[in-house]
Amino acid sequence: MSGESTYVPKSRLAKWFESRLPVGGLIHSSFVVFPNPRNLNYWWTFGGILSFMLVAQIVTGVVLAMHYTPQSGLAFSSIEHIMRDVNYGWLLRYAHANGASMFFLALYIHMFRGMYYGSYKAPREVLWLLGVIIFFLAIATAFTGYVLPWGQMSFWGATVITSLFSAIPLVGDSITTWLWGGYAVDNATLNRFFSLHYLLPFMIAGVVVLHIWALHVHGSNNPAGIEKKTAKDTLPFHPYFTVRDGFALVCFLAFFAWFVFYVPNYLSDADNYIEANPLLTPVHIVPEWYYLPFYAILRSIPSKLGGTAAMFASVVIIAFLPWLDTSKVKSAAYRPLFRVFFWLFAACAVLLGYMGSQPPEGGYVIAARLLTVYYFLYFLVILPLLGRFEKPKPLPPSICDAVLGKPAAAADANSRQVRERGQWPPWP
Amino acid sequence: MFAVAHSGSANGTVTISWLDALASDLALNGRAKALRHGYCVHDGARLFDKQDDKPEFEDIMAAGTIAEEPTRRDFLFVATGAMGAAGAAFAAWPLIDQMSPDATTLAAASAEVDIGNIAEGQVVTVKWRGKPIFISHRTQKEIETARAVPLSELRDPESDESRVQKPEWLIVIGICTHLGCVPLKNDGPYEGGYFCPCHGSVYDASGRIRYGPAPYNLALPPYKFASDTKVTIG
Repeated sequence: MSGESTYVPKSRLAKWFESRLPVGGLIHSSFVVFPNPRNLNYWWTFGGILSFMLVAQIVTGVVLAMHYTPQSGLAFSSIEHIMRDVNYGWLLRYAHANGASMFFLALYIHMFRGMYYGSYKAPREVLWLLGVIIFFLAIATAFTGYVLPWGQMSFWGATVITSLFSAIPLVGDSITTWLWGGYAVDNATLNRFFSLHYLLPFMIAGVVVLHIWALHVHGSNNPAGIEKKTAKDTLPFHPYFTVRDGFALVCFLAFFAWFVFYVPNYLSDADNYIEANPLLTPVHIVPEWYYLPFYAILRSIPSKLGGTAAMFASVVIIAFLPWLDTSKVKSAAYRPLFRVFFWLFAACAVLLGYMGSQPPEGGYVIAARLLTVYYFLYFLVILPLLGRFEKPKPLPPSICDAVLGKPAAAADANSRQVRERGQWPPWP
Repeated sequence: MFAVAHSGSANGTVTISWLDALASDLALNGRAKALRHGYCVHDGARLFDKQDDKPEFEDIMAAGTIAEEPTRRDFLFVATGAMGAAGAAFAAWPLIDQMSPDATTLAAASAEVDIGNIAEGQVVTVKWRGKPIFISHRTQKEIETARAVPLSELRDPESDESRVQKPEWLIVIGICTHLGCVPLKNDGPYEGGYFCPCHGSVYDASGRIRYGPAPYNLALPPYKFASDTKVTIG
C-alpha cells in the first residue's frame, strides 16, 4: 500500500542508470503506481496546481530578475522598462504578479479542504505542519516581492509591516532598524528584500519536497476521512489522478489567464504606479487581498502590541489545528455540528477579508471585532469542545463502500471503530 | 478508424475495451446493470465483483495494447499530447525571447558622428551598439601605401578601395577578429595601422590583418555620409 517500487527499466541504459541512481523507481512508485484513495474529489487537485504555480512563479521570477534593478533610484523605472521595452516583459510581469494571487487562492482552497476533511489529523500532523511552514514562507515571499516595484504601496506596505516589529517591548525599535538597515525603509531595505525574495521560493520548494514525502507515507486523506485498507479502496496515480489533476490544472490556468490577459491590474492598487515617496503616505493603505483577513484582525484590536500579537497569533494558530481539534472523525461529511461551525468559520474568514479592505471606521470596526472573536473562538473553544460533545454520523466501513453509498455498519460497531482508529492524546 | 470498439484478437476471442464495455453497459442496460457488473458509476472506474483477481489497471492497459487498430483512447492521448506540446511551446517563447535585445537597445542602433574636426592622421573612437568604432582620417601617404599592397600578400584579401567610401575616411569596428579585444590605434609596424595588445595581431592602415593570430580584417560597420562633415553609423 505504501507504493513500493515495481519499476523495471526497459532499456540497458535505463537499467545501468537505475542501478546507480534509482530515480526512475522513485518517480514510478510516487507518481505512477502510487495507490490513491479512489474517492478523491476535485478539491484534492489543488496540491498539483500549487506545485505548478510554484514552478511558474520561479521561472517567471528568474526571468524578471534579468531585467529588474534593486536600487531605490532605479527600481521603479526598471519595472516600467520591463513593461514597455523588454520583449514580452508585460506578459512576464503580469503573469508573475497575478500568479502570486493565484498561488494564494489555490493555497487557501487547499487549506480549507484540509480543514473541512480533517486532513491534519493523525497520522498527518507533520504533513500539516510542513504545509503551514510553506504558508508562512509564501507570506514572506509575497510581501518581499510586493516591495520590489518600489511604488507608493510597495514602500508604505513595507513601512507598515516592518513597523509591526516595533511593537515588541524593549527591543522593537532596534529590530526594526536592523530589518531596515537604516532609519527608514530605503535602498538597503530594497536590496535585502530582493535577495530574500529570490531565496524564499527555493526554500518553499525544499519544504514542498518534504511535504510530498510526508504525504506519501500514509497517502492522501479523502472525503470519507477513513484510511485505505485494501486495493479495492485505491486507484493508481496514473492515469486516474494524473489526468484528473491535469484537467483541473487546465481549468485553473484558464482562470489565471483571464486575469493576466483581461484584467491584469484588477488585483493590484493604482497607487503602486506612483513611485515611492518617503514624504507622503497614500490616503488609504490596503495590503494585497490575500493578507486582508489578517490585516482586519490587526486593526480590530485598539492596541499596538495587542493588534500585532493577535495578527501573528491568527496565523500561527493554524499550526496547532491537529491538537485543537479533539474529534477522532476526520471528514466533516460525518460531523453534522462541525460542518455548521466550519462554514461559519469560512464565511468569517471571507468577511474578515472584506472588513480589511474597508476603512477602519464605524460599523466596519465593530463587525471586524466580532469576526475576530469568532475566528479565535473557532480554534480555541469550538474545536476542542466539539470533539467531546458532538455525536458523529456512522462511518462507512471502507472507502469502497463510501463510493458505492452502502449503508454504514451498525452504529455500535462503528463507534467502536472510531475509538480504535482515533487516538487522543495523539502521542503514544 | 479510431472508433474500433470490438476488435478481434489473434486467437479469435473478442476483446472489448474497458471503457466501451462501461459505455455500452450504461447505454443498453442502464445504471443498475453497470453497477451489477462491477463498475462504479461515480468515477467511471470498475470497482469490484470481479471474477478474477487481476488488478483492473492491468486489464485496462491490456485492452489498450491488444487492440489491433488505434482506439479512441489512443486518438485522445495523441491529440491531448499534441495540444499540450503546442501550448508549452507558446508558453516557452516569451521566456526565451525576453533575452533578445529589448526596445531601448534597438532604439540605440544608429549613431550620428560629427567628423568635421577630426584632423588628418587622427583616429577617433565612437561607441555604436556598445562597440568601439574607429574613424580614421587618413593621410595621403597612408592611402597610397595601403593601395600599393598586392592582394596576394594578404591573409584576407580585400582591396583598400572596397573598404572605404571616401579614400581619406576609414571607418571600421574596433574589435580584433581574433578574440574580441580592442586594438591600439596608430600602433604597430604599419603607419596609421592597428596593433592588438592581447595576442599581437597587426593590422595595416586599411584595417587589414597582416600578421598575428587574427583570421580576418577589421569588420566594417554599415554607415553613410549624411554630409561632408557628418556620418551616420548603423
